[in-house]
Amino acid sequence: MTINTMAKGGWHRDQMSCFRMMEKVIVAMQDPDMGRDIIDWLMKKYNICEEESLHISGLLVRYGYIYPLKEPRSLVLRPDESPYRFQTPYFWTSTRWPASELDYAIYLAKKNIRKQGELMEYEKERYSVLHKRINHTWDFVVMQAREQLRASKQRRKADRIVLECQEQAYWLINRPPPGARNMLDMGLERPNNTARVTLNSEHYKNEIDTCKRALGRNRVKSSICLEGEQYQNHDPIMEGCLPSNPWISDDSAHWTMNLETVPTPTRLRVERWSFSFMELLNDEMGRREFMTYLEKEFSGENLGFWLACEDIKHGESSRIVEKVEEIYRNFLAPGAPRWVNIDSKTMDKTLSGIRHPHRFVMEDAQMHIYFLIKKDSYPRYLKSDLYKNMLAKGIVPQETKKSVFPFMRRQRHSSPSPAQVATQATEEGGNATGAGQAGTNSAAGSNV
Amino acid sequence: MATQEVQVNETLVHLKTESETLKSKLEEERAKLHDVELHQVAEKVEGLGQFVMKTRRTLKGHGNKVLCMDWCKDKRRIVSSSQDGKVIVWDAFTTNKEHAVTMPCTWVMACAYAPSGCAVACGGLDNKCSVYPLSLDKNENLAAKKKSVAMHTNYLSACSFTNSDMQILTSSGDGTCALWDVESGQLLQSFHGHAADVLCLDLAPSETGNTFVSGGCDKKANVWDMRSGQCIQSFETHESDINSVRYYPSGDAFASGSDDATCRLYDLRADREVAIYSKESIIFGVSSVDFSLSGRLLFAGYNDYTINVWDVLKGTRVSILFGHENRVSTLRVSPDGTSFCTGSWDHTLRV
Repeated sequence: MTINTMAKGGWHRDQMSCFRMMEKVIVAMQDPDMGRDIIDWLMKKYNICEEESLHISGLLVRYGYIYPLKEPRSLVLRPDESPYRFQTPYFWTSTRWPASELDYAIYLAKKNIRKQGELMEYEKERYSVLHKRINHTWDFVVMQAREQLRASKQRRKADRIVLECQEQAYWLINRPPPGARNMLDMGLERPNNTARVTLNSEHYKNEIDTCKRALGRNRVKSSICLEGEQYQNHDPIMEGCLPSNPWISDDSAHWTMNLETVPTPTRLRVERWSFSFMELLNDEMGRREFMTYLEKEFSGENLGFWLACEDIKHGESSRIVEKVEEIYRNFLAPGAPRWVNIDSKTMDKTLSGIRHPHRFVMEDAQMHIYFLIKKDSYPRYLKSDLYKNMLAKGIVPQETKKSVFPFMRRQRHSSPSPAQVATQATEEGGNATGAGQAGTNSAAGSNV
Repeated sequence: MATQEVQVNETLVHLKTESETLKSKLEEERAKLHDVELHQVAEKVEGLGQFVMKTRRTLKGHGNKVLCMDWCKDKRRIVSSSQDGKVIVWDAFTTNKEHAVTMPCTWVMACAYAPSGCAVACGGLDNKCSVYPLSLDKNENLAAKKKSVAMHTNYLSACSFTNSDMQILTSSGDGTCALWDVESGQLLQSFHGHAADVLCLDLAPSETGNTFVSGGCDKKANVWDMRSGQCIQSFETHESDINSVRYYPSGDAFASGSDDATCRLYDLRADREVAIYSKESIIFGVSSVDFSLSGRLLFAGYNDYTINVWDVLKGTRVSILFGHENRVSTLRVSPDGTSFCTGSWDHTLRV
């Protein structure tokens, strides 16, 4: 099916693909007779359920590819014996995109003449608006309308009626009555490719460089790239979560048990620390536990160093210099209280970099320490008693029994906003924890 | 001078040809190491059972199309933005609205929650990204404390805080992405390489934490190094605009959703597309994608008002969800994976 893809404006590119695909479906379909036929055909052809089939056929009607004979203004697909017909390609939305004002004016003029002024209210309004707006071509409009009416009178009555139905269906979509949904609302216009970025020599040189670099990349065989099964038990949407998924049970116990700081973490949480070093580091509690372990081994300064470097990378630009100095004093200077053991090459590079501190000045040293901890201390931690005890003590919550009266909704407790906790912390001077338990009645919650 | 002009044009054509040649060479190299399809390897993996997924919360309050949303780290609060310029912060669990701001522009296409939970960033047709600290003082006008951080020369399509409240990454209709320092509003790094509007971005969860992926109207998905500003990898297999990109939880792969009605998975180590998620009966474009916690499921919101759930490994569709009455414009899984939220042109959000 050839579609007019001549870019007449931004939307062509964007919208063409979904129209093209709808047209493909239509072309493959047999001539419909009743709504039921359409549903069944779709279900069979695409191996989908009735609900999905209803949905797709509903869209086909709403975009004007199929129109109802009996109640033309009701653009729904009824899965029964209601009759439907294909819209002719001449009147497909995509063929004559966008629908022009002139055409609409001619259509309304024709209708006006034919019905001797008995247009619908909204059509009357639009007619007069158009009359004012394109007054200068009004003679042309009326002439065209008369000409088209004359031509159609020469057709067989059946053909004439069909054409009228098709034309009406077209305009119901392209100029929907007030209150009806505008299906052709496509959001913000996206321009054609070349509009925004100048495709000059610099752009292409950039592309060439990128390609050259990419060519030199190390690649791995496809077969190796499959992991993540270990997480499946932890995926609440797939396996459920204990004691219950708060969104389903309205009980926020699951969140309370998994707060950043709890006296005893859940077993699943502790288990996650063993999946990867990053998991351990991302969990505040995990970090604390790990630090305790490292201190025992007299290598706590490594983690401390890594955390301080992260702080520089993600912190305020204005404090970089001050933080770099602090790191130097604490971790890198000869005789520093928490001196970290970095290889001499990296150390030299870092020390010279410190003279002109910037956000990533510690990157090499940080990477070095990170991999050191990951390869050495982390695996040992996982084998340690400290970790094993944590895992054993970990809570496995009881599944909340479904309520005896399932229709009774549990009270949904609100929780303190993180913003509130932070302001209180600054007010009370660091006494942030315990700033309101999750017990506020939801009825008293704020309503903006 | 006429001859000079001809020379410049020739060089441009020459460069373009060279670029195209290199690109095909790259595709050849990538194909060499492709020994097996993802779904073949996935044959050994157990199939998924049926899940029941229902709407558990419906958030009503926006007066116009909802364009974007983001979760707070506390797993229950969300921020959402809409076409009429309103940005609302909700406690999705209780469905209460906690804050509301009216932006001075319409089409607020991007919004993000700060990691600390104390601020939100948003932007759209104003070409800027602004940060609003969240205050619980009822009398305080949030708009008063607004901070303009990013400035682009065209609309803001997406924004995201990096690991802290101090830096924001933005993508724009002007074809670039940029990294900004929140405190000073200074541009830290800009990323050039897309040939058209950039529509989406996502930060990598990887250990080194220095990369992000972006997708645009030029059908390309680019992976960037935040430090140097260079494009490290580029993928051009979609047939239309890429509306959404999201990293796989491990950071070794990412998924993209496009107007060509497909979602695709790209593996960064194999440096190629490894899966396409499509079905003949899916006709409309994908507006947004996100992975479940384990990465086994891919949720995708479509322009035909539905959500399709895909089995990432086997490439099959697990489920189709109905409920919204207009386009699904945004979709995000909650930080702890207990639910996902969708925003739609029907003015509502659903969890």
